Amino acid sequence: MNASSSPFRAQKSSSRFVERLAFGLFRSATYFILICAAFIFGTIFYKGGGTVFQTKAPFVNLPFLTESPETLFVFEYDGVQKKMGDKEFRKFKETVGIKDIPAESFVYSSGGIWPCILGTVLLVIGSMVIALTIGICSAIYLNEYSSHGRFVHFIRLAILNLAGVPSIVFGLFGVGLFVIFMPVLQNFDNPSSPTLPLGFGYFLNFSGWNVCLLSGWFTLAFMALPVVITASEESLKAVPMGLREGSLALGATKWQSIRTNVLPYALPGMLTSAILGIARVAGETAPIMFTAAYVVRDHVAWDFHRPFDFLFQGVMALPYHIYVVSSKIPQNEYTERVQYGTALVFLIIIMGIASSSVVLRNRARRRYRW
Amino acid sequence: MPNSANPDNSGLSVVPPMIETEGLDFYYGATQVLHQVSIQIPANKVTAFIGPSGCGKSTLLRCFNRMNDLIDIARIEAGQIRIHGLDINDPAVDVIALRRQVGMVFQKSNPFPKSIYDNITYGLQIQGVKDRATLDAVVEKSLRSAALWDEVKDRLHSNGMGLSGGQQQRLCIARAIAVEPSIILMDEPCSALDPIATAKVEELIQQLKSNYTIVIVTHNMQQAGRCSDQTAFFYLGKLIEFSKTEKIFTNPVHKQTEDYITGRFG
Repeated sequence: MNASSSPFRAQKSSSRFVERLAFGLFRSATYFILICAAFIFGTIFYKGGGTVFQTKAPFVNLPFLTESPETLFVFEYDGVQKKMGDKEFRKFKETVGIKDIPAESFVYSSGGIWPCILGTVLLVIGSMVIALTIGICSAIYLNEYSSHGRFVHFIRLAILNLAGVPSIVFGLFGVGLFVIFMPVLQNFDNPSSPTLPLGFGYFLNFSGWNVCLLSGWFTLAFMALPVVITASEESLKAVPMGLREGSLALGATKWQSIRTNVLPYALPGMLTSAILGIARVAGETAPIMFTAAYVVRDHVAWDFHRPFDFLFQGVMALPYHIYVVSSKIPQNEYTERVQYGTALVFLIIIMGIASSSVVLRNRARRRYRW
Repeated sequence: MPNSANPDNSGLSVVPPMIETEGLDFYYGATQVLHQVSIQIPANKVTAFIGPSGCGKSTLLRCFNRMNDLIDIARIEAGQIRIHGLDINDPAVDVIALRRQVGMVFQKSNPFPKSIYDNITYGLQIQGVKDRATLDAVVEKSLRSAALWDEVKDRLHSNGMGLSGGQQQRLCIARAIAVEPSIILMDEPCSALDPIATAKVEELIQQLKSNYTIVIVTHNMQQAGRCSDQTAFFYLGKLIEFSKTEKIFTNPVHKQTEDYITGRFG
């Protein structure tokens, strides 16, 4: 039998052609997704890079990152077109001595986005602390302590349902509960809201927390909860039963057994749940639109009189700022510059927070290897 | 009654039994797993539970340190279990203290993914013992008792899961000894070990019995014959025969016992 008539020789056939066609289709679909992602990230990096980075040291446009948004004034002076932010323009008018220079003004197109960066970072950190606390405690209860009955089944169903709720509905929930209704301890009786007198001149007024960090934190935390609970439960289930039995047989209480022999080994999984929670929460605009974010605010986060004021202040936020600059003011070349710059800074911050979680997780994995 | 026996068969027994069950009925959900089991396990001897799979010996063992409490559907319907004369299922009994007195070694060795040192001192650390000198002394004593000291004394802080199978099981035994129980329960401790490791563990059991009461569940009849002083034969949740090991293996009273020992079933 020579080579050309060997039964194993590859023959041309229609089924092989169809197979090659199908693989080609799957591969191009994958590459299409890759191209779209590259296009999105590429556009943001290219257009935003012009705003955020610069060619001379320190290579980053520091004023963009450290100032508040300002109105841009474009005017002609001495035949030269000048562009200046609000503060600079006033100083310029003083030095030149002319009170009124006709100029075109563009809102939010100058200055920087520092309050937005601060606001987003505060919102993400605060909401993740709340979500991780409630979520991990729930996961421990559901996995270790609860009996497997109908009630627990309903709880799990409720958690899954929470994951499917649209973010704008979360925003409305936040408004209805936290902004308008949450109780505040005050020393006067608020006539326009339900009140519970506590004696000694103090009242619990159900007048809400108003638009503030606290409202935003809790709204975003509830959005991240289903993800955190599910991922944490998976990581708890992955710890083998032998570890629990072994520690209980040595005379540990159930909580001691969980704390010393289960939780440390479930920690990497819980940090993963934190990363997933951050991914869910950080880019949301709808929940914070009504509960925590202001379009513009003069005071910075630590500009407060009493300690509690820190919690009860509204903030500016990056996704909301992008929304405002992109759709609530007339569009021009200057606003486009701010939009893309903000988007790029936002991406970098989220990547930074997620990377630090990944680093923490890898450290935890190496320390508690099992 | 054919289900209960005192292994000495002498009329007087001056030393009270360490573990005693009386008419124990045990259920997993709707299935009855133990039927009217009455047994008296003497102190400072090795007692072996033998019988075919599913006869309830591991279940009975786990009742002694109330590990069956972890299973929702398990319950004791009738009867009592007494250790040191005290009913262990009495609501006034502290389960934690009970489990410190009654240690357990599991079939699949489960060293914690911590260092060998932390494995041994785990039982003491959860009681709040922090003194380094005490812990060091306990580690050395337990590892020597478990015949593991010479092999691991240079790597006490390496991960316990890096040991071989036989060493891991001896580590688990050392860990159980470190809390100084009076009873050690062993649920098929050698079933996952090779013959040499098995021989080492059996030698260890012989050394330990002078200080502890040992109850060992085993599938391996030769092991029961080698290691134990008394043997109890279980079948389908009932205690068929309980007497001195030589008697059970040479001259059993019940036919079922004889059939099992000669290999006709199980």
